[in-house]
Amino acid sequence: MKEHCAIVGAGSAGKFSAGTVNLFKDLEHLIRLAAVMVIAVVAFVILRAAVVPHSFGEYGHYRGDAIGEIAARPVAFAGHDTCETCHTDVADQKKLGKHVVVACEACHGALAKHADDPGSVQPKKLDTAVVCARCHEANSAKPKGFPQVATADHSGGLACDTCHPPHRPKIETAKTAAEGKK
Amino acid sequence: MDTTRRRLLVLLPAAAVAWKFVLAGTPEASPNYTLTGHWWGMLIDIPKCIGCGSCVRACAEENDVPESYYRTWIERYHVTDWHIERPKVESPDGGKQGFPPHADDGGKNFFVPKLCNHCVDSPCTQVCPVGATFVTPDGVVLVDKSYCLGCRYCIQACPYGCRFLNPKTNTAEKCSLCYHRITKGLTTACCEVCPTGARQLADLKNPKDPIHEFLRTHTVQVLKPHMATGAKVFYNGMDGSVR
Repeated sequence: MKEHCAIVGAGSAGKFSAGTVNLFKDLEHLIRLAAVMVIAVVAFVILRAAVVPHSFGEYGHYRGDAIGEIAARPVAFAGHDTCETCHTDVADQKKLGKHVVVACEACHGALAKHADDPGSVQPKKLDTAVVCARCHEANSAKPKGFPQVATADHSGGLACDTCHPPHRPKIETAKTAAEGKK
Repeated sequence: MDTTRRRLLVLLPAAAVAWKFVLAGTPEASPNYTLTGHWWGMLIDIPKCIGCGSCVRACAEENDVPESYYRTWIERYHVTDWHIERPKVESPDGGKQGFPPHADDGGKNFFVPKLCNHCVDSPCTQVCPVGATFVTPDGVVLVDKSYCLGCRYCIQACPYGCRFLNPKTNTAEKCSLCYHRITKGLTTACCEVCPTGARQLADLKNPKDPIHEFLRTHTVQVLKPHMATGAKVFYNGMDGSVR
């Protein structure tokens, strides 16, 4: 019985040591594999840092810096507040008539460049026969209360500013004529 | 050979760090503007629109919109009697040059300006595969054109047809609600030039904005509410035929 046990014990011990040796024999392969994986992970992290923009994910799944870049675009229309800082006389004229609600650049066009450098950039002279008709040419889809005329019948090709001062369009001096037209 | 490899391994992370600074981008353009302090939308008062096309022309000039493409446009509706399911809609050149007069044959005629609805749950941003379009913290849907691939998914996803592919840059483009203007305290180009006040920029987070009083006291709708996009362009006096 004792002998048997000893044999079994010796046998198992022999097998165990042989297994350990086998495991350590392959360790070099495992280390190589681990090294390759570590290099791959490091390469991925470096590559990701290089490729994904710095601000991506700052506010959400997009490039946060894009907001600032889009906001940095220069403006083309200066805004009527800017115009009125210099052209106070026109602003005062407009206040007396219905065109007070119409911003300067609605007729005169985008003039931020003129506002930045009033000396060298001058606004174009407007052709009132074209500009006024854009809004006031009669069209059945326009709101009924909006003043509109069929320009061909109304003025016979005359420029609108022959009678109507554009900034204060109501004809004050010839009231009867104005009523007749309306 | 050994030295080169070692040097390369040292240089790679250093280059990555340097590149991060290169990518840091331009500084914030409007330092006084707080992103979280606003929630932008627009109010369109249909009974005030005269179809002059000022907004379309101003938008094109302000944003360099290519010819025959529109970030905003005007539609003329013609509805005969009770056929509100079949309106006749036209938009010659997006309404840029106004609308030619047409005979009033007894129907209902009106103009409807359209633009990006800057949806809260916008379908266009959800389909972008690269994160090139997004809703900003202040509620504006923007396109990052340096990141856009031009795959056109967003153009198909927008239920309002507000997007197009810019033929010059081959990137998706749309109304930015003049983000470069509203962050500087100006109104949008279209609202600036609208001669009748039919279009008004609205900051829904600003308690002093007249939009709140207007929304309380008027019957206001959004386009295609059944799409549940959370549209923030509010239409006053909109006819049932408008799609």
